Amino acid sequence: MKHSVPFLCFRALSRLSAVLVPCLVLTLMGYLFWRAFPVLGPKLLFGRVAPLDAVLGRVPVWDGLWPACVGTFWLVLITMLLAVFPGVGCGIYLSELASPRQKRCLGAAVDMLAGMPSIVMGLFGFMLILLLRRTVMPNANTGLLLAACCLALLVLPVLVASAREAMAAVPASLRLAAAAAGFSRSQALFHLLLPAAARGILGGVVLAVGRAAEDTAVILFTGVVANAGLPSGLFGKFEALSFDIYYISSQYQDQQELLRGFGAAAFLLLISCLLLAAARVLERGFRRKWQGKA
Amino acid sequence: MRKAGVFFRPAGRSGEAGLAFIRVAVAFAMAGMALLFLMVVAFALPVFVQGGGGGPFSWSWAPGRGEFGILPMVAGSLLAGGLAVVPGWIMGLCLCCWLMAPPCVARPGLWRTLVGALVRVMTAVPTVVYGFAAVFLLSPFIRLSLGGSGFSCLTAVIMLSVLILPTVVLVLQAGLGPRLEAVAMSGAAMGLSRMELLWNVVLPVSRGTLLSAAVLGFGRAVGDTMLPLMLAGNAPVMPESLLSSMRTLTAHMALVTSNEVGGAAYDSLFMAGLLLLLINGCVSLVIRRMGGRS
Repeated sequence: MKHSVPFLCFRALSRLSAVLVPCLVLTLMGYLFWRAFPVLGPKLLFGRVAPLDAVLGRVPVWDGLWPACVGTFWLVLITMLLAVFPGVGCGIYLSELASPRQKRCLGAAVDMLAGMPSIVMGLFGFMLILLLRRTVMPNANTGLLLAACCLALLVLPVLVASAREAMAAVPASLRLAAAAAGFSRSQALFHLLLPAAARGILGGVVLAVGRAAEDTAVILFTGVVANAGLPSGLFGKFEALSFDIYYISSQYQDQQELLRGFGAAAFLLLISCLLLAAARVLERGFRRKWQGKA
Repeated sequence: MRKAGVFFRPAGRSGEAGLAFIRVAVAFAMAGMALLFLMVVAFALPVFVQGGGGGPFSWSWAPGRGEFGILPMVAGSLLAGGLAVVPGWIMGLCLCCWLMAPPCVARPGLWRTLVGALVRVMTAVPTVVYGFAAVFLLSPFIRLSLGGSGFSCLTAVIMLSVLILPTVVLVLQAGLGPRLEAVAMSGAAMGLSRMELLWNVVLPVSRGTLLSAAVLGFGRAVGDTMLPLMLAGNAPVMPESLLSSMRTLTAHMALVTSNEVGGAAYDSLFMAGLLLLLINGCVSLVIRRMGGRS
């Protein structure tokens, strides 16, 4: 069969992109790991301080990533505490209980939120503080809790979408069986369908943890600083891994600090990839259990 | 299932308490979203109404002289988004077709499986890590090979197109995959390869999917903060060429909060937030009409 010229171009281009794109990405990632490899180790985290002292908070760490890791950990934990309940609840509601009209409206709102630039959430937190200062709390300031609230808004759509999909993936036969056994609608939902979908929902939560850990733009507005040490409390300033990477790339003083930046970037990349892999494993297990395919 | 029943005990035996929980969760989520939209609009509206000289709608940003125009940044954002979509969309389309059209469907081959996995991993790579790698690899490369400072429109656009690539590929795969499967059998009977089927049959009827992938990519490129902030140079003027420095709305917002202390500079910040919200709203609207999923 004779091919037209556009088709031949298309085919050549698709083969080219199949080589070009992986090369580009792997070059970037490979370079990152190549520079970071020599510094990967406990010294990257704790600097000159003994690890045990640093972990217990007895000695502050100034030349390691430990404060940033702790900051990111608390940030993600509080974000998840705030976001999981509304997010998963909203997803279940959308999939099981909402009328078609509600589905359309709420679904549109969640879609809109999903596409929202993360910096707008940061701006929202910033506005919230300005508002509080003008009205009830003149000395309100940005901090860990505010950043977590804004991040919670950012990961909400991820949680809603995954909970919704997980509930929809539970097979219809289970619903029929529940009805045949005389379950009421709410009994079936909470004692049968929700436990069945739990693994899929958990996969979504892990995915959301990854989103919360990587984001920089939100915390830029809401109280991240470069040298805060360990976070002092819910309203204190904090350090975060992603912000440290940005900060080092623009303000690094010496080679040592630059290498720490490479180490931090490689570390964050590893964490994100591991979280993604965990989410995939959970979701695959869930789908295989209920649909008999990966 | 006894264990599961214990696990969801808060829902109550009849599940009525659980329904109340879910309603509260939905109320929380909706309150958060409503507050976000309301705040952004409420803070920006006074600026809109005020108008006048030195306001956000002029072409000059010079805080020292009391000029706070953000139009160069608006142009910068649209330019960066538009330029990044072209290579991102073309490469995404080609890569997606290549992934979907192996010579033998049962055995896709190692390279194809790996590239497919890589595209999934790319969705999880933090943007700040992309930015960090590009600051130390891509921008020196551009400085040495093409001249300029290396921190330019072109650098940011290249990385933005890498950033949106996985989004484009996944949206296209979700849209084109079922259509290809629907005609795969009859196509094979006529002796057409999968690539020929895609080119001659599937792509011409998938205009909506193709467009919504492009629009979604555009939305992500415009909304990203860290890449333009780290790579584009951030001079608040219209870029003269691909190699000159520019500033996008998102980067502008990040810079204003870290450098200015209030007054008219903040007004321009709120205006920028509203503009981003509106751009994102248009993107969601187009995707809804096209029926693609976000």
